[in-house]
Amino acid sequence: MTHPVVLAAGAAAATQAVAFWVLAIGSVAAALAMVLARKAVHCAVLLAVVMLTLAIMYAMQGAPFLAFVQVIVYTGAVLMLFLFVLMIVGVTSADSVIETIKGQRLAAGVAGIGLLVLLSLIVGQAAIGPAAKAGADFGSANVGALAALIFTRYVFPFEVTSALLITAALGAMVLAHRERTSPRPTQRDLSIRRMASGRPAPLPGPGTYAGHNAVDMPALLPDGTSARLSVSAVMGVRAGPGLEAGPAVAEVSLPGEALPGETPPGETPPAGDAADGGGQEERW
Amino acid sequence: MVSPAHYVALAVVLFVIGAVGVLVRRNAMVIFMCVELMLNAVNLAFVAFARMHANLDGQVIAFFVMVVAASEVVVGLAILTSIFRTRRSASVDDANLLKY
Repeated sequence: MTHPVVLAAGAAAATQAVAFWVLAIGSVAAALAMVLARKAVHCAVLLAVVMLTLAIMYAMQGAPFLAFVQVIVYTGAVLMLFLFVLMIVGVTSADSVIETIKGQRLAAGVAGIGLLVLLSLIVGQAAIGPAAKAGADFGSANVGALAALIFTRYVFPFEVTSALLITAALGAMVLAHRERTSPRPTQRDLSIRRMASGRPAPLPGPGTYAGHNAVDMPALLPDGTSARLSVSAVMGVRAGPGLEAGPAVAEVSLPGEALPGETPPGETPPAGDAADGGGQEERW
Repeated sequence: MVSPAHYVALAVVLFVIGAVGVLVRRNAMVIFMCVELMLNAVNLAFVAFARMHANLDGQVIAFFVMVVAASEVVVGLAILTSIFRTRRSASVDDANLLKY
């Protein structure tokens, strides 16, 4: 009869193997989907999946501190920064599928397979032994042992890191700072522009008086027709009364470029709308 | 039994996927994300080697890699926003003023 401790160790190893294979397949699938996804926001979310699976793997390998840092710094801070910048830069810009260099994708695929073969051969040649017997440093005492190491043997790289972080913060501020080239518009200028734009009131919010209050649901006007401009230009419009579903206004007015109430050029509704909507849509 | 070799093999696969993404994609943001994926793959290998030798140095190095990656992302995204502000595009094909 097998000893209970041996049985428990075997069960733990089996659990670890199952967890490894599930996480490995999940992370590779998410990474592949990230490379193939066309929208940058999807890429960011799939990268978050990869990073979370890697955090679990760190925890499985006796690095609980790194697992938490991975969740907090990578998934929490870096990916949120990515999403913020995506909101500023290019939610609307889907990657173009046109190859600018002929045969680039094929060449990249061949190069990727070559790199995979090369790295696999190197790793296969290397003597990667089984995990050594680890003490408390890879468990409950992990944080303390890491701190002792960082503040003794690695204290100089640690200090250099502080200089790097300060430089990065300063550099980000300098690079993201925008010098104003035109005088700041006063409240008077803004109100004159707003009156001249033909729409003094702000745009209607999505979902106002509609069946649902989702952000892609066009608001209902007093006469029961839908206001297409109540839906953000980034997302498609759901079908409403007097309005078929479809992409929202193609032109995006960039923040700081146009007033919220200003109609971007080239966006006047077609004449057919005025005929069936009683001229209501023309104003909105 | 899962050995460190399994983790290193996974790190190799993730690194190659990230490298192919850098080569294939045109959006500068997505290229950045693929670089992050490559850094994470290397971190996984570091942690696996630390476990293999029962020695915490690998984890310290992975920690430093994370710090450097975080500051790299901050500066890189600031550069991207300033490029986008002047050129209205996040595609790497459009930033070609130094080409000829």
